Amino acid sequence: MSDRQVPLLALRGISKSFFGVRVLDGVDLDVAPGEVHAVVGENGAGKSTLMKIVSGGYAPDGGTVEFAGQPRVFGGPRDAQRAGIGIIHQEFNLLPERTVAENVYLGHEPKRRGLVDRRQMLSRTRDLLATIGETALPADAVVGRLGVAQQQVVEIAKALALDARLLIMDEPTAALADHEVELLYGLVRRLQRQGIGLLYVSHRLTEVFDLSDRITVLKDGRRVRTMPTAEATAEDLVRQMVGRELSSYYPDRAAAEDVGAVRLSVRGGGNRKLRDIDLDLRAGEVLGIGGLQGSGRSALARALFGVEPFTTGVVTIDGTPTRLRSPRAATRAGVAYVSEDRKGEGIAARQSVLDNALLASRAVFPARSGRAARTVRVRELLAAVEVRSAGDDQEIRFLSGGNQQKVVLARWLALDPLILLFDEPTRGIDVGAKSAIHDLVRRLARAGAAVLMISSELPELLGMSDRMLVMRDGRVAGELPAGATEEDVVALAVGTVREAAA
Amino acid sequence: MSVLSLRPTRRPVPGVFVALGITLAIGWLVVMLDGGQLFNQSTTVSLLHVAAGLGLVAVGQTLVILGGSLDLSVAYVISLSTLVAAEAMNGSDGALLPAVGLALTVSAAVGLLNGLLVTKLRINAFIATLGVGLLLKGYLDNGYDGPAGSTSPGLVQTLGYQRIGPVPLSFLLLVAVTAACWFALNRTRFGHHLVAVGGDPEVARLSGVRNDRVLVVAHVLCSLCAGLAGIYLASRLGSGAPRVGTEGLYDLESIAAVVIGGTALAGGRGGVIGTLGGVLLLASIDAIFNQLEVDAFFRQVIRGAIIIAAVAVYARRAMRKADV
Repeated sequence: MSDRQVPLLALRGISKSFFGVRVLDGVDLDVAPGEVHAVVGENGAGKSTLMKIVSGGYAPDGGTVEFAGQPRVFGGPRDAQRAGIGIIHQEFNLLPERTVAENVYLGHEPKRRGLVDRRQMLSRTRDLLATIGETALPADAVVGRLGVAQQQVVEIAKALALDARLLIMDEPTAALADHEVELLYGLVRRLQRQGIGLLYVSHRLTEVFDLSDRITVLKDGRRVRTMPTAEATAEDLVRQMVGRELSSYYPDRAAAEDVGAVRLSVRGGGNRKLRDIDLDLRAGEVLGIGGLQGSGRSALARALFGVEPFTTGVVTIDGTPTRLRSPRAATRAGVAYVSEDRKGEGIAARQSVLDNALLASRAVFPARSGRAARTVRVRELLAAVEVRSAGDDQEIRFLSGGNQQKVVLARWLALDPLILLFDEPTRGIDVGAKSAIHDLVRRLARAGAAVLMISSELPELLGMSDRMLVMRDGRVAGELPAGATEEDVVALAVGTVREAAA
Repeated sequence: MSVLSLRPTRRPVPGVFVALGITLAIGWLVVMLDGGQLFNQSTTVSLLHVAAGLGLVAVGQTLVILGGSLDLSVAYVISLSTLVAAEAMNGSDGALLPAVGLALTVSAAVGLLNGLLVTKLRINAFIATLGVGLLLKGYLDNGYDGPAGSTSPGLVQTLGYQRIGPVPLSFLLLVAVTAACWFALNRTRFGHHLVAVGGDPEVARLSGVRNDRVLVVAHVLCSLCAGLAGIYLASRLGSGAPRVGTEGLYDLESIAAVVIGGTALAGGRGGVIGTLGGVLLLASIDAIFNQLEVDAFFRQVIRGAIIIAAVAVYARRAMRKADV
């Protein structure tokens, strides 16, 4: 990028707080036309908030946003769109039942004599797709039938149809398969050549190095550094992003003598999403499951909990072959599951903290002990996991994410489970509550539970696991011991090394 | 994903027409074995008359359901419309047009109220339209014990009974209204936006669609269709009838026809052509049972079974699609 150009986007001293917590603190950032500017940082570093400010989702508390040389205050996402800022979210904003063209021109369909001009809508969509080199995508295909990568192309076309000059891409490869990432690379470069500025948010460093011209590192809401990509190294970036020693942040791992007998074993497990799963989970250990989104991590946890059961293979619990046909059967067999989708599958939002904590006990073991005794016990558990609420009768939806998660944990702890499955247990949870949950997970393992934990956050996965399985395409791609590096995990997850089994 | 499966997709003919064909074939056979004839002039005419009344309501209902809403007040709007029209006409042809205009205006006002309750006060459509319906019921029950007013003879002779061959004028009216709605859905911004709002309100909003306005318009159109159905019924009955809407079960039957026609109850998928098929299917079953002189209670059982089966088929299809 050259300094002669007026920056397309100039952020100066952007600050933002939520409920007194400072999420962004005096952040400066420039994007030039045709530049790919990567923003990296750990989860919670403030990347998403910054992107929402640029795209009109939030108003900053302090600082200025200049776009195309003019100071701007966006009243909402539509203002930003109209000004020429498009955002591609991780979750697509598309209507699966409608065609590509209908989606691209939704809200501003071309008209002729008062009616929607379908022919023009199709031909303009085709032109738009052609300018970004995506001629293979039919403009009249129904979006729901497209692959994820193609849907992403539709999203990009939708932004461009509004004459976007700045595109924000938030973790654009999170949902993509390997070969699709290559396609995205090509697309990004073509957009760049057209003079479109790109803000590229990612925590995958490979992509950042492959694509960006400059990199800005955020940490705890502040800008650590902005540097040309050519001058950056991966080691520097990681150090600046993390800024602390990894190991000190997580509870100690299990000592060899703490790890007991095999509690859960799977041989040849498979279903629609999984193939040839072999795994042993021992009492006292935390087994980490790594892999990209869609690699079968969650499918594995869901299979073990009987949500989408294995259709082939054998599951053994404490030496007894067991069929985990439903969540109810799994719960009775001593399995507990904390879903990654807390809002959708974890909590009953409008019920009280206490009702939520009692949900599984009530449902699966209706009259195991006296009702009063059970309630007392669950109240104790809620206190033990340090749920902060206005009382056990408060509706759970008013609690913070971290506290909601603690209630979900208490729900399962009430059943004294032998096997705990955690799917992204700390997603969307603030740092303080996060380490409390880490401690709790470790305490449970130390007390003899067998823990399986899925995490997309590599530092968490590496910091918590006694050993790791990395998944790819519905199979176990390989196993890694404690002390493996992020690179080891990523290499297995994306398949750059051939694992012995293949 | 292979390129082949991306082949440009025409939206397929809804399965309801297949079901309609099969029903008519079986019905024809059974009625023949019974010694009757399904497709004679009088049965066809009465089938199409039944379809016209239900169809007008159901096509309007399709619009609100596509937008993710619902209208349970249509039955009362129909009754109200028959009364407003018949009383304003008071048996004279001179007042025909003003009376029709008045009935439609009243209906549209009810739709406007429905739409505003659903969008501005954010009341669940089920409750809001049920409440409005009960308001109308109170008015009707309080003011009328039986038929009132008198439909203008001109309207009775045309919309009520005139036909071209076996096809009643009223059925042609239904075809015209269906065509207009199809056009609105597929060729106007309003239609595109309505389907988007039903498909995902958030996506629609972020794409610049004014969700509230679109839904209010849909509700007004739905009530207008119900009002039109009321005018048609007044032309058949010769007077206003305070309970014709509820006794004809137009609220639930119209929703059933929409669902049988392949429109998703949650909105965002479907169309008026399918609804027309659903209406014809329900009317055909009626006609067949009439010919066979089937017991009225048994009829209801069969209709219920058909509705459940239709929804089950669509649900299975949706599931299979989600699996791909």
